[in-house]
Amino acid sequence: MARTMVRLGDLAKACKSKNAGPYELTVDVMFGDAETFDKVRASGVITRALFAKLYHVPEESVLLTEYPPAFAYKATFERRIVSGAVGDTDVYGAQQHAPLLDVEIPL
Amino acid sequence: MSNEVRMLSASGILGYGYPEASLKAGLERRPHMIGVDGGSSDPGPHYLGSGKSFTSPLAIRRDLRLLVNGAIANRIPMMIGTCGGAGGEPHLQRCIEIVRNIAREDRLSFRLAVIHSEQDKRYLKSRLAAGKIQPLGPAPALDEATIDRAERIVGMMGPEPYMRALNEGAQVILAGRSTDPAPWAALAMHLGIGPGPSWYAGKMLECACNAALPKGHDCLFVTVRSDSVECEPTNPERRCTPLSVAVQALHENASPVLHREPGGQLDTTDCEIRAVSERATRVTGMRWTPQAYTIKLEGAEKVGYSAITFAGTRDPGLVETIDRFLDSVRASIAMKVAAFGVRPRDYQLVFRLYGKNGVMGDWEPKRASAAHEIGILAEVIAGSQETANAVLAVTRASLLHTDFAGRMCKEGNMAFPFSPSDIERGAIYRFSLRHVVEPDDPYEMFPIEYETV
Repeated sequence: MARTMVRLGDLAKACKSKNAGPYELTVDVMFGDAETFDKVRASGVITRALFAKLYHVPEESVLLTEYPPAFAYKATFERRIVSGAVGDTDVYGAQQHAPLLDVEIPL
Repeated sequence: MSNEVRMLSASGILGYGYPEASLKAGLERRPHMIGVDGGSSDPGPHYLGSGKSFTSPLAIRRDLRLLVNGAIANRIPMMIGTCGGAGGEPHLQRCIEIVRNIAREDRLSFRLAVIHSEQDKRYLKSRLAAGKIQPLGPAPALDEATIDRAERIVGMMGPEPYMRALNEGAQVILAGRSTDPAPWAALAMHLGIGPGPSWYAGKMLECACNAALPKGHDCLFVTVRSDSVECEPTNPERRCTPLSVAVQALHENASPVLHREPGGQLDTTDCEIRAVSERATRVTGMRWTPQAYTIKLEGAEKVGYSAITFAGTRDPGLVETIDRFLDSVRASIAMKVAAFGVRPRDYQLVFRLYGKNGVMGDWEPKRASAAHEIGILAEVIAGSQETANAVLAVTRASLLHTDFAGRMCKEGNMAFPFSPSDIERGAIYRFSLRHVVEPDDPYEMFPIEYETV
């Protein structure tokens, strides 16, 4: 059976980033129901390697947690620049989610 | 010992506001305590470093007045964690002053406890020498020079100092930097609830109606029993659903299920979350595992002085070759400032290009900008404001007048929206500590003072 590729941005109910303290960024991808969450999980696309590639951090440094109560994934890794340090572009870390929206999920 | 403890959190942060009717509705349910979290490290290092607050005194006074009056009228404790945003001594003192003024104006009298969290550098050096300070994550080991350079260092207290203040009969507790759940975890444990539900209740209350639908700056009411935590917004227009409560566990944490706190870890892996009504949700199954008692440190040190200017270009040739253009601008600046004695190592020049990669910097995956205009935020950081201003003035002129191949806009490359175009940002800071200290007990880093107001 041919699979359709669907953008994560079209599947997710929320996709957001935020500081987890000044040194780490945490990204949450939430789905609207268990069915969508299970389909995405079955696709095997959301992995530590995915976040490592999108955010240029070592794979072993990514803490990835599946969180079924909220139909969500949470990934936490080092910020590019410590919050508010010279050269930082996003003190709250609230606008670092966009690369995930274009990730394609085979359904 | 109560079998049920009821607590209210007024809002996400003291000074973010909440409807007065929501507090009134909460007080009618006879809470054992009301409070609100006063701070966060999220707005960045400036506030801890400079001693300023990220919320205004006007907004803090409004939020505090209703809370203090509500607590006194109902003879219950009122607690604020991380006063003034960063919980340092200037932040705490400003909060105390506001509370004293409220008491005077509204003719209130109560026993006030103030818990300090700004750390003595000699104490930290002695802990360091004793091997009692460890790095967190990939941070390097701490050294004395880093402690010396810090403008201010605070320790993030647990619930124990609050519990001691409650035991001493304090009715209003103003505390410095605290782990966010501390005030509520303290009250619940003070009334005999175990640490698992107590910490979980604090986790829910710290951001108040962030755990509700719709989210907002509003009051959250939590009922804790020996094995459960029940959340319900006091505003009838909001509700806590199993999903909204689960979502709160994702907020600003590294992990949604494991939460490291002073003295242990809260594990919510096996939690069951069930609706008990249209607007209330109950959580059971949280576990607390005791671990070594450690206190997280936060510090900020001065980096220098900053000046910025903002301009935009609408020239297609310049938009296309912006990176090469900025390289030649950098070279031109270096040459011009050398003439008045400023060396390359005396300043840092940062360009943020909005319309290209101003938000994500090197993380931006879209390499080619499709924009027809680019906003350029130029920043200079130097050892004095005078040097920063001088280099920025040269930067502004160089952005405007530096030539590039195929240049049509020979009168000026940039549109500056303001006069004056250059803005002094003053002293700037960076977070400088990512460490935990092991104290001999949970109290020694957090002295408590009492006064009758």
